[in-house]
Amino acid sequence: MDRYQPMFAATRLNRRSYRNQSVARAVFCLMTVALVIPVLLIVGTLVVKGGPAISWEFLFTPPRDNMTAGGILPALVGTVWLVVVALLASVPLGVAAALYLSEYAPDNLLTRTINLAIINLAGVPSIVHALFGVGAFVLFFRFGASILAASLTLAIMTLPVVIVATRESLQAVPQAFREACLNMGATRWQTIRKVVLPNSVSGILTGVILEVSRTAGETAPIMFTGATAFVAFLPESVFDQTMAMSYHLYYIATQATDVPEEFTFGVALVLIAIVLLMNAVSIGFRVYLRGLKKW
Amino acid sequence: MVGLAAEAAVANHGAGPAYDEPPVIEVRDLSIAYGGKRALDNVTLEIHRHEIFGIIGPANSGKTSFLRALNRMDAFNSAMEVEGSIRINGKNVNDWRNEYALRRHIGVVFPLPVGLPLTVYENVAFSPRLRGIRRKAELDEVVERCLRRAALWDEVKDRLDSLGSLLSGGQQQRLTIARALSQEPELLLLDEFSIAVDPVTTMRIEDVLKELRSELTIVLVTNLVQQARRLADRTAFFLMGELVEIGDTEDLFAGEAKDERTTGYIEGRFG
Repeated sequence: MDRYQPMFAATRLNRRSYRNQSVARAVFCLMTVALVIPVLLIVGTLVVKGGPAISWEFLFTPPRDNMTAGGILPALVGTVWLVVVALLASVPLGVAAALYLSEYAPDNLLTRTINLAIINLAGVPSIVHALFGVGAFVLFFRFGASILAASLTLAIMTLPVVIVATRESLQAVPQAFREACLNMGATRWQTIRKVVLPNSVSGILTGVILEVSRTAGETAPIMFTGATAFVAFLPESVFDQTMAMSYHLYYIATQATDVPEEFTFGVALVLIAIVLLMNAVSIGFRVYLRGLKKW
Repeated sequence: MVGLAAEAAVANHGAGPAYDEPPVIEVRDLSIAYGGKRALDNVTLEIHRHEIFGIIGPANSGKTSFLRALNRMDAFNSAMEVEGSIRINGKNVNDWRNEYALRRHIGVVFPLPVGLPLTVYENVAFSPRLRGIRRKAELDEVVERCLRRAALWDEVKDRLDSLGSLLSGGQQQRLTIARALSQEPELLLLDEFSIAVDPVTTMRIEDVLKELRSELTIVLVTNLVQQARRLADRTAFFLMGELVEIGDTEDLFAGEAKDERTTGYIEGRFG
């Protein structure tokens, strides 16, 4: 036994490496905990303070008595309208653009410039998008302040992230698959339809849903283009104005008076719940599609 | 010399290379570079119908680049620059506006097998479907014939519906060969097809290649000098992007190479 000792004994260098890696591990763990704390605080506060407000009446009736009573139904429905119409507008456009950029466009200065521009577009502040929406959709196209104008503004705002998410999913498909396909005489479109899209659609859909669900919480882009503080009825077409959760929250928190505190927290809680619900759907979808994945 | 080779081939295989017809592939002054770095330098050669044309040479000698240029694969890689002319059946490959139609007539097998993320059946039925074959019975027949020729049928006939990408490496390689054959190509480009295949299966595929010679033309790039000897009618030796020489395979291996570098490589003194 003794004579094996020198061979397997830890050297000073071994001991130092071990100590360093323990320290690194502890630091990273602490950082993670530090990140979780604010999330718990936010969700905890909302549940504790807003929870009592949640009831059938709160979710399924319009507000009454200058927002101090009743519920949030028109805002809830309005937000769903806004997100769905925004999705319908931005997904086809964004996916088509990403397909072109990733599968067809030659790798040259122009393409690289366009890619850079798209990334920069994602950094434009939402209030700038809002003002663009007013100019373009509300005034120029004469949609007026409406769901259509607000959703298109949201769509323009999310377009860059949709394109980037789609492009990343497309580029995750190995180049060798494309070459094998093209070598058999398939055209680019046949290659995309039969091999590239089937293997990237899960990533595209989940990425896109994830990104677009975040627009549910946006306030600035919709406040001048289609959201309104109060309508008692539900929207019937995309040309109606609508209430929306985010704008409703802003309104009752800063503009209206005598609104019960639990109402404000309740609205925030429902808003977060909507976004989390969409994320959950998207993640569930991804898990389902990954089960079908072929490589 | 060419005449002799043709006679010998006819004697051996029934349908030998058609050296009296105009060549199927006519390469003139072909140079290939990747971002300014030369991979192939001024290659001129002709390949005839029903010929197995071997290309040997050490790594980095431009063999694969040569194959890629034949199939217009430079279109996939913007860094690949091709100069000179390649004529297939008398038509310059760059004059095909529809390069997809050109590729449909050329089957390619690369050293690393790529099983498309489709079932075994769909991998092989892919190209026939592109040609417009819809009837199930007809597709079944093509799939079985190609898998048999690639010496894979017996191993996969009970799991045609499992994924091609889940087969073993050697099986995927044979699947790639079956796929290339399913194109009913006029030209078959093989780049070290046997690298992931066991010796017994390699021999079976080599026998199939000899049979196929009567139907099509094969360009065989190989690292196995003996494989070129077994299969090729004529063999070209590439070295560092230069075509050193082309000769009757028999002559080259009989020690009658004109360039001593060729003899050196064949006898294993370098490379």
